Amino acid sequence: MTQNVLSAFKGKVSASNYKNWIGVAPFFLFAILFIFLPSIRLFVDSFKDNNGHFTFANILQLFSEPYILNAYALSIKISAVTALGGAILGFLLAYSVTVGNLPKPMRSILITFSGVASNFAGVPLAFAFVSTLGRTGFITILFKDVFGLDIYQSGFNLYGFAGLSLVYMYFQFPLMVLIMAPALDGLKKEWREASENLGASAMQYWIYIALPVLLPSILGATILLFGNAFGAYATAYALTGGRIGIVTIQVGAQIRGDVLHNPGLGYAMAMGMVFIMAISLAGYSWLQAKTERWLK
Amino acid sequence: MTHLALTNVSKLFGDFAAVRDFNLDVEKGEFVSFLGPSGCGKTTTLRMIGGFEIPSFGNILIDGEDITNKAPNQRNVGMVFQSYALFPNMTVAQNIGFGLRVRKESEANIADRIKEMLSIIHLEGKAHSYPYQLSGGQMQRVALARALAIRPEVLLLDEPLSALDAKIRVSLRAEIRGIQQRLGITAIYVTHDQEEALSLSDRIVVMNTGKIEQVGTPFEIYNFPKTRFVANFVGSLNTADAEVVDVQQGLLIADGVLFHTAEGTKGRSVGDKVKMAIRPERFSFASEQKKANVIDATIENITFLGAVVRIEVKIGNANFNMDTFNNPFLELPKIGSQTKVTCSREAVLVLDD
Repeated sequence: MTQNVLSAFKGKVSASNYKNWIGVAPFFLFAILFIFLPSIRLFVDSFKDNNGHFTFANILQLFSEPYILNAYALSIKISAVTALGGAILGFLLAYSVTVGNLPKPMRSILITFSGVASNFAGVPLAFAFVSTLGRTGFITILFKDVFGLDIYQSGFNLYGFAGLSLVYMYFQFPLMVLIMAPALDGLKKEWREASENLGASAMQYWIYIALPVLLPSILGATILLFGNAFGAYATAYALTGGRIGIVTIQVGAQIRGDVLHNPGLGYAMAMGMVFIMAISLAGYSWLQAKTERWLK
Repeated sequence: MTHLALTNVSKLFGDFAAVRDFNLDVEKGEFVSFLGPSGCGKTTTLRMIGGFEIPSFGNILIDGEDITNKAPNQRNVGMVFQSYALFPNMTVAQNIGFGLRVRKESEANIADRIKEMLSIIHLEGKAHSYPYQLSGGQMQRVALARALAIRPEVLLLDEPLSALDAKIRVSLRAEIRGIQQRLGITAIYVTHDQEEALSLSDRIVVMNTGKIEQVGTPFEIYNFPKTRFVANFVGSLNTADAEVVDVQQGLLIADGVLFHTAEGTKGRSVGDKVKMAIRPERFSFASEQKKANVIDATIENITFLGAVVRIEVKIGNANFNMDTFNNPFLELPKIGSQTKVTCSREAVLVLDD
């Protein structure tokens, strides 16, 4: 009798588990087809030359070719600068519309803008900046005519490091706003009141309570911004036409280029990108473990 | 000398008066509860003492010093929040020591005070635990220790037990009262739970719609409520419309039944319409006819409430509740049977509006 009840119960549990798994099946299918299998192909093909023979040459080139090393350095630099810039700007904006005292409609406006802007990339974004801050862009001309300032004469170049960083910032800081606004909402009013009640100043509240509580979210979001910029290709390509040598553009040139056609090297460079992101994520996990030890 | 004084304190939110003309003097070491329904202004008053709201009118003084416009971190007032408000990124010890740390006390002092506070709340073994590792009752004890660690002039407690289950609530309230008495600290306690207020307080301030209804000891508030609101809010009550029949003898008539009252007719005239009130536990079966009021009644209903048995009796045309302690050998009357119930003159109250 007991056995029957148990087996009936087990049957019920496994049936319900089976249904739950069906719900996530499309995700796993998608992940296998478009993440896992391409990654394996990437890994395997990075050890092949143009004739399909096994080689270590592609991997060795990653450490010996100056243009590849420079590409990684430039990508890391742009990603780090825009991640930090986006994190700071996004955090301040999120702060002002959540715990700051700005009028409530400002929050809806900023969040809606951020939702759109964080996904605005590629050719349309490049075109938007070319038509505003390009050599004959609307704002460039406006500065020249109204203030007598030629920003290009002053050293600005939309098609260089500063310009590309500025363009990346357009989708970086809105992403930070979208991530940080709910995190800032999670700060309880009572924590601030309790700290004030115990004699703390606003600065002490932020240093000892709010920032430590937010640190895991800030770190996570900054790493996300770094990855977001590190993997960007279309925006940089559309803006500079491949003239700026970041890794993604170099990978593209190796895989589908006419002059630099060496898919094996392209795959190896992509593997290098995966490796750098893995190091970033490992660093993040370590920091997160340090900053989140008070969480369940 | 008055330790904490609130003089003509009012708080307006736009056109809405959350607190009106609040006057109260609290002695050092006194435990005062603000009791009232939601929205009566008790928490707003507490927050004004804590500095989280600034009064629209009036003054708040501690030991004669006007603190009305001082920032919360400039008043030496400790507060225990309903939601504990423990800092999640700090251990129990760090939470308790936080107030001392921001006041730049020496590390030795901080360590000593943390040890002392942990011993007071009996959580010596939890110094290095994080809030998420504690139960609700433990968290609230830590919140209390944190507020006490700064040696506040006044301790404010904003419904500190309402998030806890019934058993913990009862044990923790005794603990709070014990600690308060031991340290001799002045405490203001906000609650909507009458049992909590009655069991903890030296005095109770009953509030309604932003105003004080009555201030008194728990005994006075329960036994001699001055207004209909206090009588209804604190404990359960039988009320009936009555008319003064004889001022000298203290006689009232309600639904054709005469009731003797002790002081209810003072200052009134024959024919005055009044609201008469009698607490259910003040009635008893009339085994002897010594009491002033011996009244014919019909048993309408009997409800078993555990420690108490509630008997609904019909007197005249009105129904009254009568409470009697449960006793396994108690012989309860049958529903529909005729009986006599009795109550003293003092039990018959006449309420102001």
